Amino acid sequence: MADKELDAGKRRFLIAATSVAGGIATVATAVPLVASMLPSERAKAAGAPVEADIGKLAPGEMTRVEWRGKPVWVVRRTPEMLESVKQSSGRVADPRSERKKELTPEYARNELRSIKPEYLIVVGICTHLGCSPVDKFKAQAEPFESDWKGGFYCPCHGSLFDLAGRVYKNKPAPDNLEVPPHTYLSDTRIRIGEDSKGA
Amino acid sequence: MAAAEKQPVTGAGPFNGLLTWIDQRFPLVQLWREHLAEYYAPKNFNFWYYFGSLALLVLVLQIVTGIFLTMHYKPDATQAFASVEYIMRDVPGGWLIRYLHSTGASAFFIVVYLHMFRGMLYGSYRQPRELIWIFGMLIYLSLMAEAFFGYLLPWGQMSYWGAQVIVNLFDAIPLIGPDLALWIRGDYVVSDATLNRFFSFHVIAIPLLLLGLVAAHIMALHEVGSNNPDGVEIKKTIDPRTGHPVDGIPFHPYYTVKDTLGAVVFLIVFCAIMFFLPEFGGYFLEYNNFIPADPLKTPPHIAPVWYFTPYYSILRAATENFMWVLAAGLIGYSILLVAAVKSNGARIAIVATGVVLLIGFFTIEPKVWGVALMGAAVLAFFGLPWLDQSPVKSIRYKGPLVKGALALFVVAFVILGYLGTVTVTEGRTLMAQVCTLIYFAFFLLMPWYTRMDRTRPEPARVTWQGAH
Repeated sequence: MADKELDAGKRRFLIAATSVAGGIATVATAVPLVASMLPSERAKAAGAPVEADIGKLAPGEMTRVEWRGKPVWVVRRTPEMLESVKQSSGRVADPRSERKKELTPEYARNELRSIKPEYLIVVGICTHLGCSPVDKFKAQAEPFESDWKGGFYCPCHGSLFDLAGRVYKNKPAPDNLEVPPHTYLSDTRIRIGEDSKGA
Repeated sequence: MAAAEKQPVTGAGPFNGLLTWIDQRFPLVQLWREHLAEYYAPKNFNFWYYFGSLALLVLVLQIVTGIFLTMHYKPDATQAFASVEYIMRDVPGGWLIRYLHSTGASAFFIVVYLHMFRGMLYGSYRQPRELIWIFGMLIYLSLMAEAFFGYLLPWGQMSYWGAQVIVNLFDAIPLIGPDLALWIRGDYVVSDATLNRFFSFHVIAIPLLLLGLVAAHIMALHEVGSNNPDGVEIKKTIDPRTGHPVDGIPFHPYYTVKDTLGAVVFLIVFCAIMFFLPEFGGYFLEYNNFIPADPLKTPPHIAPVWYFTPYYSILRAATENFMWVLAAGLIGYSILLVAAVKSNGARIAIVATGVVLLIGFFTIEPKVWGVALMGAAVLAFFGLPWLDQSPVKSIRYKGPLVKGALALFVVAFVILGYLGTVTVTEGRTLMAQVCTLIYFAFFLLMPWYTRMDRTRPEPARVTWQGAH
């Protein structure tokens, strides 16, 4: 060993080759570990559509339905509430839901954001950071807005939504509340999570 | 080989033989000398120097109580909340262990914030202690992760919605955000999968990381030696007879005794809070967290635990109108930087970065910038060793500019912290925005005001009134 001269170039090459091989092996080992944290097959299968009976809902009332672990609100709007939506059109950021089209199915891309004007069906999760806004349906002065026309208030970061789930201008939330794919099975039954067949 | 050259251990009475046997097989005496008996620390440590050892004490407390909580806790969405209540009601002394752990979490942050503030007062991050500071900041980041993961475990309303909001912060990152958030949660919503993995991070991954970082922090400290309230290097004045710093005293017994006193006083205050005010008015344990997690309903008022609220306020400060203020600040700062640097290449880089950010401010939604500001607010501390250009280290010899800036920063930090605990109104948002600007100005303008400041010369040796 001592009588042979050290081949520095060869040694450097071997060190580099060993490091590269070791590095590749480390990354390859990390792949299954990282992948194990993705949603499991069971979690993926849990996203089935749900049905709800909305026949007992009185005008001005709201009910919550759980779909994919999220709250879906069904609000039966009174004529006054529909009027307030029209009034707030000038104060919302995206009145016709055109900013992020995937949040609003085509059949709800209108001022009232619904298939039937009376019923508002939206996912009750704020598009800012995922809190569930609180319903403040009464048009009255509120601490967060003196000229409040009724809608939803997010307690986490103060975003405001009108009675069509449209976000007010200059609020932290960038988008209107998501309208889930839904269809009317009859006048009083809806299915959430699926568009109507053929639509 | 080496064992034969080592001197036998003396001074341990009947244990001399045993310790000599160990020392010939393990660097026992060397470790003892380097880190305790012959680690020379400046003799002028004051009150602020308690918090490092107290942080270590709280770390041990958290690990020990955590081990026993893990024996009874169930990381399962259907059982977690009930298992915490089981610990509180049915496990013998379980309430004590749980309150030690929950009060310990807040105590950890109090102690660490004071420890960091000490570093800012006396310039402890300055050359040659940059790495100590960086390891310390990494400890702080790990601690935030540890606290965040741990907070989900009781599976109360605040646990659930807090995790929901924080994981959604990652969702805001352009392009990869949604997939990243999905990967962190392991589900489309915060669920049992999320709880189970947060448990794993909380009890094993982050604690291991923390212990490693604490070891690195202390090793780096003992390599360069401790700073002191005067910011004077004690190694510059060595006693020729002993070879030790004239102004240094051995850590053991002098500072082990001092820190023991600190630990006793700390534990008195800690126990008083733990026994009589464990919830601390909703700041240490939030009232909404005594309600089981409900994925369908956010509590009417949600706020993170107090130690995260300054950053939370900064996050909330980013509204559409605030982007104009940010843009104005960016343009002003770019002009300042361009004027300050010498090379044309750097100037072009600054202008290019500025233009890209400016375009981003108005094309990417404010939510993303809120998250970016929040991240930048935490990471800004990493830059302190290089941002501070003052000729002196310690606040004692700095002038009115730095003192004023630091005072203003502390006030802004505390106000942001308060605002993060309450709901938003227009006035509060405005106040948070002003404080956010002060917060960032403190860091970004530091190279200028520390150089302009009127400092006093540092003394050659530490000042110390040793009388009694």
